[in-house]
Amino acid sequence: MDIFEPAPDTAIYLKDVSVIYRVPTERVATIKEYAIRRIQNRIKYNHFLALKDIDLTINKGEIFGIIGRNGAGKSTLLKVISRVLIPTSGRVWINGSVSPMLELGAGFHPELTGMENIYLNGTLLGHARKEIQEKISSIIEFSEIGDFIDAPIRTYSSGMVARLGFSIATAWNPDILILDEILSVGDAAFAKKCGVRMKEIRESGCTVLLVSHSTEMVRTLCQRVMLLDHGQIVGVGPEAEIRDRYQALLGG
Amino acid sequence: MSGISKPAQNVYDSARNENPAVEEFRALIRYRDLLVQLVRRDIVTRYKRSVLGILWTMLNPLGTMIILSIVFSRLFSSQGSYPAYVITNLVAWNFFSQSTQFSLNSTLWGSSLFQKIYLPRTSFVLSTAGTGVVNLVLALVPLTLVFLVTRVPVHTSVVLLPLAVLLLAAFALGISLLLSTLVVFFPDVIEFYPVLLTAWMYLTPIMYPETLLASNPFGYWIMSLNPLYRELKLFRMLLFDGVIPTTHEWLIGIIVAFVTLALGWYVFTNKSKSFGYYL
Repeated sequence: MDIFEPAPDTAIYLKDVSVIYRVPTERVATIKEYAIRRIQNRIKYNHFLALKDIDLTINKGEIFGIIGRNGAGKSTLLKVISRVLIPTSGRVWINGSVSPMLELGAGFHPELTGMENIYLNGTLLGHARKEIQEKISSIIEFSEIGDFIDAPIRTYSSGMVARLGFSIATAWNPDILILDEILSVGDAAFAKKCGVRMKEIRESGCTVLLVSHSTEMVRTLCQRVMLLDHGQIVGVGPEAEIRDRYQALLGG
Repeated sequence: MSGISKPAQNVYDSARNENPAVEEFRALIRYRDLLVQLVRRDIVTRYKRSVLGILWTMLNPLGTMIILSIVFSRLFSSQGSYPAYVITNLVAWNFFSQSTQFSLNSTLWGSSLFQKIYLPRTSFVLSTAGTGVVNLVLALVPLTLVFLVTRVPVHTSVVLLPLAVLLLAAFALGISLLLSTLVVFFPDVIEFYPVLLTAWMYLTPIMYPETLLASNPFGYWIMSLNPLYRELKLFRMLLFDGVIPTTHEWLIGIIVAFVTLALGWYVFTNKSKSFGYYL
């Protein structure tokens, strides 16, 4: 096959990626309804273009920002990159493991102990049992859970759950890290520890995708920024340049 | 994790155009430890908050067997030991009905996770089948008890029972995959399937002897078209009748189980690409 092969230092390569949600004008939720309408040919769809012809190349080790208004397609783009959503058309090329740090502890089960949940969550993130065993003591230590590690998660405070979730998610340095929101985990002391850990991960040479409404965080961290609007790329470039265009977009 | 360049298998490329059925299988091998954790989670959490705990798995078929024996044993007294007959069928039937029904819920339960992280899409369906097999093995304990109490002998044919369980599990997994695909597009399958299951149970010789259906042409016709009956029969022959099934019976069982599994796997993996647009 003579398809284009991205350069070896590429982390993410998207070509002509489009995502079209087909939303039925009326929700057909029953088979009977569907069958009747199908026969009568009355199923109509609204096509909602969430992403249109996205071309994007992100290099290894880059800290890349994605900004845009609500509904611009930022989350959809993240879903495509983390392989949760397969685009309607286009090519997705991802080099390395992707760790989406969304909603810490999403796979936790309240009845299982902290220890059991570490194994469950670790395997959900794609790690083998052996890899988890190697990290288990450092995960417990970092989370500051202490003896509670053998108690069911339902007895934890929300801060403890978040701390454990963060510790598991950051126990391994991913190749590509997706940050969807500013992490607010527990108290000030732990937040500081998180900040240090995030810095370590960034400096490990991993590619970081940062998605934000606020330009402040993007400004301090990102080398390159992409502005999305209505599912299309408005511009990709240095932060200062894109910031002006975003301001213009918001103003106009 | 050092700066050494990553091996090529770490690259995901949608242009590779792999067969989804094969791709899913490869992904599952990488995520095999997840399957074990999911089965563990289901087993542990199911019994953790009940006083009798894991005993319930054993008490459940025992209770149903006692009720059925009180109601039907006189009616079907010609069957020999009715309690042993009915608990054999119930253990196999419970496995099938529970694992297919749970797979519907687990697909929907998993949907919140599927929206956030990449997982092999079949992992939840597979883990429910795995949980079902564990429960089936546990249910063999009260079954043995009933056999002992009613003095029904266990024959050497029982050594082939794992084969019958494997075929039953493959069949149940195939049905689960088909149902899980359907439920993504039509959520009301959740409401509809239990009704279908009830009908299926009455149309399969579980509570009554097979001869009841076989004696009239219409019943015989229904029985031969029922794929589940083929798998249940193998299970019952080996365990209760103490008879080794004929080559013909084995072949039908094997074909039914693996054609269903292959069909379910094919449909699910080919349709799962668009799950993200519906869930």
